[in-house]
Amino acid sequence: MGKPTKQRRKGQVAARAKGPSGAGTALVKNNPFEVKVNKQKFNILGRRTKHDVGLPGVSRSKAVKKRTQTLLKEYKEREKSSVFKDKRFGEYNTKISPEEKMMKRFALERQQNHEKKSIYNLNEDDELTHYGQSLADIEKLNDVIDSDSDTEERGILSAELTAAHFGGGGGLLRRKALTGEQDEEEEKPKSRKELIEELIAKSKQEKRERQTQRENALELTEKLDTDWKEIQTLLSHKTPKSERKDKEEEKPKPDEYDMIVRELGFEMKAQPSDRMKTEEELAKEEQERLQKLEADRLRRMHGKDEQENKKKPKHMSADDLADGFILDKDDRRLLSYKGGKLNVGNEEEEGGNEEEEGESEEESEGEPGGEDEEEAIVEEDDATDSPSDLESDMGSEEEVTANEEQEEKHKGNEKKLQSEEEQNTKIEAARSELPYTFTVPESYEKLKSLLFGRIIEEQLVILERIQKCNHPSLAVGNKAKLEKLFGFLLEYVGELATVEPPELRRIDKLVRPLYSLCQMFPEAASNSVKFVLQDAAHDMEEMIEVKGRATFPGLDMLIYLKITAILFPTSDFWHPVVTPALVYMSQLLTKCQVMTLQDVVKGLFVCCLFLEYVSLSQRFIPELINFLVGILHLSIPQKRPQGYILVHPFRPAGKNSDLLLVCDKKDMETWKKQNLPLSIVTRLKESSKTEMNHFRLSCLAVCLDLIKKCAALYESLSSFHEIMQPIRVLLTEHIRVSEYPKQLQEMHQNALKELEDKGKQYIPLVCEKKKPVPLKLYMPKIVKVLEFGRKQGGSKEEQERKRLIHKHKREFKGAVREIRKDNQFLARMQLSEIMERDSDRKRKVKNLFNSLATQEGEWKAMKRKKFKN
Amino acid sequence: MGGGGSFADSHSRGFLWTSRVSPDRKVSCCRRLPLGPPICLPADQLSDRAALPQADEEDVVLCAIRTCSRLFGALLERGELFVGQLPGEEISLPDNYSAEDKYKIWMRHRYNSCVNCLVELMGHESFQVKELSLATLMKFVELEGKYPLVKAEWKGSFSFPRELLKLVVENLIPCEEDSSLLISRFQEYLEYDDIRYFVMKAVAENIGQVMQKTKEVPLPVYQQNVFSLISSISMPSKENEVVNFMVKQANQEEWKVSKLKEHKRAFERMWLGFLKHKLPTGLYKKVLVILHDSILPHLNEPTLMIDFLTVAYDIGGAISLLALNGLFVLIHQHNLEYPDFYKKLYSLLDPSIYHVKYRARFFHLADLFLSSSHLPAYLVAAFIKRLSRLALTAPPQALLMVIPFICNLFRRHPACKVLVHRPGGPEALSEDPYIMDEEEPSESRALESSLWELQTLQSHYHPDVAQAAAVVNQSLSELEDDISELLELSAYELFDRELKKKATSMPLEFEQVRGLFGKKDDLFAEHFALE
Repeated sequence: MGKPTKQRRKGQVAARAKGPSGAGTALVKNNPFEVKVNKQKFNILGRRTKHDVGLPGVSRSKAVKKRTQTLLKEYKEREKSSVFKDKRFGEYNTKISPEEKMMKRFALERQQNHEKKSIYNLNEDDELTHYGQSLADIEKLNDVIDSDSDTEERGILSAELTAAHFGGGGGLLRRKALTGEQDEEEEKPKSRKELIEELIAKSKQEKRERQTQRENALELTEKLDTDWKEIQTLLSHKTPKSERKDKEEEKPKPDEYDMIVRELGFEMKAQPSDRMKTEEELAKEEQERLQKLEADRLRRMHGKDEQENKKKPKHMSADDLADGFILDKDDRRLLSYKGGKLNVGNEEEEGGNEEEEGESEEESEGEPGGEDEEEAIVEEDDATDSPSDLESDMGSEEEVTANEEQEEKHKGNEKKLQSEEEQNTKIEAARSELPYTFTVPESYEKLKSLLFGRIIEEQLVILERIQKCNHPSLAVGNKAKLEKLFGFLLEYVGELATVEPPELRRIDKLVRPLYSLCQMFPEAASNSVKFVLQDAAHDMEEMIEVKGRATFPGLDMLIYLKITAILFPTSDFWHPVVTPALVYMSQLLTKCQVMTLQDVVKGLFVCCLFLEYVSLSQRFIPELINFLVGILHLSIPQKRPQGYILVHPFRPAGKNSDLLLVCDKKDMETWKKQNLPLSIVTRLKESSKTEMNHFRLSCLAVCLDLIKKCAALYESLSSFHEIMQPIRVLLTEHIRVSEYPKQLQEMHQNALKELEDKGKQYIPLVCEKKKPVPLKLYMPKIVKVLEFGRKQGGSKEEQERKRLIHKHKREFKGAVREIRKDNQFLARMQLSEIMERDSDRKRKVKNLFNSLATQEGEWKAMKRKKFKN
Repeated sequence: MGGGGSFADSHSRGFLWTSRVSPDRKVSCCRRLPLGPPICLPADQLSDRAALPQADEEDVVLCAIRTCSRLFGALLERGELFVGQLPGEEISLPDNYSAEDKYKIWMRHRYNSCVNCLVELMGHESFQVKELSLATLMKFVELEGKYPLVKAEWKGSFSFPRELLKLVVENLIPCEEDSSLLISRFQEYLEYDDIRYFVMKAVAENIGQVMQKTKEVPLPVYQQNVFSLISSISMPSKENEVVNFMVKQANQEEWKVSKLKEHKRAFERMWLGFLKHKLPTGLYKKVLVILHDSILPHLNEPTLMIDFLTVAYDIGGAISLLALNGLFVLIHQHNLEYPDFYKKLYSLLDPSIYHVKYRARFFHLADLFLSSSHLPAYLVAAFIKRLSRLALTAPPQALLMVIPFICNLFRRHPACKVLVHRPGGPEALSEDPYIMDEEEPSESRALESSLWELQTLQSHYHPDVAQAAAVVNQSLSELEDDISELLELSAYELFDRELKKKATSMPLEFEQVRGLFGKKDDLFAEHFALE
């Protein structure tokens, strides 16, 4: 409101001030010869033009005028040493404000006047002034209203103000009638000054009142807000974000009603779409899930995503702007078929998993059991947690129960173990005897002491309960604790494998908690397994450096490798844990000396591991074949390798080169195929010679079977025959089959058949056709224009920098132009000075000549006169 | 005079005593004690005092050696030893010798017996004694060089205590025990050019003598000692580096010890003398390892090594691989024409090349040998085929090296590309045309074959190997791969590299676990029992 009026007033004042000159410019503007129009080539929409019309004449004359006022003055005073000095009080003191200056000057002046003139100046009456103006002038009311004077009023014209300004004395009279109290005081007519003072005071008071009113209003709204909040908390449990903190600080004790309301909020709401699924549907879903996972596994096995990842940054499309933007994730789904059905996406694997789990949870919800109590405990702990946490917690619990179910199923299958009921009763007993809550052991020793002396069922229950009571969603530190638990458990397993005799059954059971922990914390689990591997590899490297050769590691390492295969998918093209494990196993087979029968068993175990690792991916392992050749070599009597060549750990002849040679006929006959007990790895029982021979034959049997498996695995490889050549030679020419027991002969036959059956076909290799490389093409860079007339792009600082550079350039140019013009002006002045001086001189010379001429003339005239005379 | 105390006594009063007592008196004195007064002492004590504790005795011996060193050092410096042909000790001296001369002659005898004693002590069981006697002897060598004990035959002739040094060298390389520690101590003296020169000469002489004596019966310890002595000799490579002399001579430049050529000749004779005899396998390998960079460059005529190298190259196995390096230097720098070199190289390729320690060295050289673009295609193809056939038994670290190696061969010899790209060839063959057992590369029919081995390796378990092998499916890039870094790749490094790779995700096994051997048709359940 205020602004336009102000401007208008200003405009008026300016117009009045300019007056005559304004008329002049108008005249000039109308003169087409004075106007210079800057032609525009294109009419650009939205561009503001400032300099379309110029008045060169006017601006030039202005510049000249200015220069004559400043530069010329300076020029003229250039050789003058005397300076004009303003001796008025405080003229050059910047510290004093102008008002003060005026005040002091005035005071000084008054002082002077007072001392000197007061005696003689009878007519003296002090002129009353207001703001340096004489009040007499004001009385005449011819002052111009200052346009800035009403800033305080913000343009609001109050009644009093208008009355004071425009109403004259009438307003005052009216007011007198209104207020009786003031009557006595205001009876006498007030002076002009008093009136104005009153007016000012009034307006100030009014302002104050307005302010207090506003404050009151604010206070009221605030109060209303707080009141509302109090009510609001009752209405809904979701408090606005900003309020939460305050609430936590306060921690009001939840009263019973609140509790109930909240519990209702947390209660699982039946979702209308999720009906109970039938058995078939569940089975189908499970199948689909497995298919999905399988497809994912296959994809990883072929190492596709890895290659794609590698290619991506290299690939440069025609649309690439080379601006560094790369689409990191391909959000299209992978299209793959499995069994005629379309398999959908892998990205949702995680989510899918959770869903699955959720469903299995629902399915088993009604199941009665020991967990109920635990759930109760959990819920107590958890009363303030959000619903989502609770859900996931329950999910994991159910996951465990699902595991149990499966495990139970598994047990049923195993004939060796006790019957299911017995098992169940044992578990039940364990459950009832043990406390329900456990803290996570903080160190390996604590875990050991916790598990010490318990039977395996109890240990399992303890571990399970540790997991449940310390689920990561329950408290902040739980995740780290449970992650550590995996490492401790792994260590425990290692220790179980090293004790005498190794407690393999216990390990067999402990694999399950390991698996579930691994599923919970893949990163931590992989790190601990990697750590174990690194340790082992480091030890071996050290041993090679010190002793020059390595020995096979203990049973614990073999078990670790086996557990790795259980926890992680071994078929991946590259896997952060499995690949190092494979390299380590390769080192085992190539670097470790085979010196004893245990070494043979360990070696065969590693071979089995290798085969298991690649059973799905069917990858080729040269070390495995070499090792099997070496093992076969150990079992033949004559020691001159013909048709095959042994590599590193094996030597054609030497101390241990007949480790598997069996000569005793009787032992041959009594041998029966049996599984090799792993405990002999740690200690070969002081057994009779017969038993030793039996072990040898068993090892040979394992070797033959592995050969058969290898043959089946590698038959698709193009150089299958070359790979198997040494084995074939050994089997056909060197091994004395006829001496071996029947069963072994049979195995030998099988293996040989597997080797020879394969057809030979060699198809010449042909390179893939090279795709023509497209030319690099760049699309134009398209930038959204947000604002016209402003330079786009760059950050804020960049823009600011550009702006400053531009400004500097402009200023610089302007300064140069000014200086040039100054010089021109001065030159002109000098020239005119010189001209003036010259003309002056000419004039004077002329005068002289004139006078001389007249003199001469007179003199001649005189002479003539004389002569005449 | 029988104990440590009296010895110390004599030690403190040594010079006073020698100058005061007349030579005759001293002669009688020394006759009473067979080896002369102060010097015989340690030797005597060694035999007499066997019952004393070892350390004590050692201390005594050490003290004695130190005393001898100071005593004779001072005598040598003062010229109080007889110079020139020494008359026998037992012969009664003619009268024309003055008492002074007689004293000097006697003293010289004492000095000689002291040297003998010290040389014997170099075979002492305590290393400290050995070391000290060696140091003392070398000090005598230095002093004798400065104050020669032999009369100068003509003015300006050069004198050097050759005999003494020879004695030292002889005892430095005993036939029975390993003296590598002492030799390593001796190394500091080999810095001196003159010492080095005469040591080389002495060694050459010594080898000849010892070998003749033993009639070619191999002496592994002796050879080992000789090797550790002569392999530690570092020859100067430029003429102006021969400036560091232990014994300064008047007109140094004319002395032949200051000529590099003479040094080289001595070096050459020493090595040839050493290598002439049959060496044990371990030593053979050690010689071959250092041959190319610390022996061959310092010979006057490296071609003299041809015989040795060709014999080594024909032995086969690791020795052949090592001989390759020396041969390469000869072929490359000395125009050696080796018949059937490539055939021999080809026959060196057997499965062990991927497993032996010298793998990096061998492949580095093989790379050099096969880098010539003038080699016939059949030859390169045979190499490629054989290398890849053998790669079927190689560990991953070797495979990671050999696959780029093969690719490089393809790049250098584009004619061999038929091995990976044979469009319009026969449909299918029943047999690989390549003959592995053929020794002659030209007969192996490698060019008719294809690299099915690399195709097989595409399904290697190690991802990097599989990826490297997959390169043959595409056409090769122009630039050669740099294999120098891959040559030394060890299995542990490979493991470490895998472990340090950052994983973006951690895939998990989805199949539920049932137990340690609980997988579906688990291999382990078939063969192992959890007992």
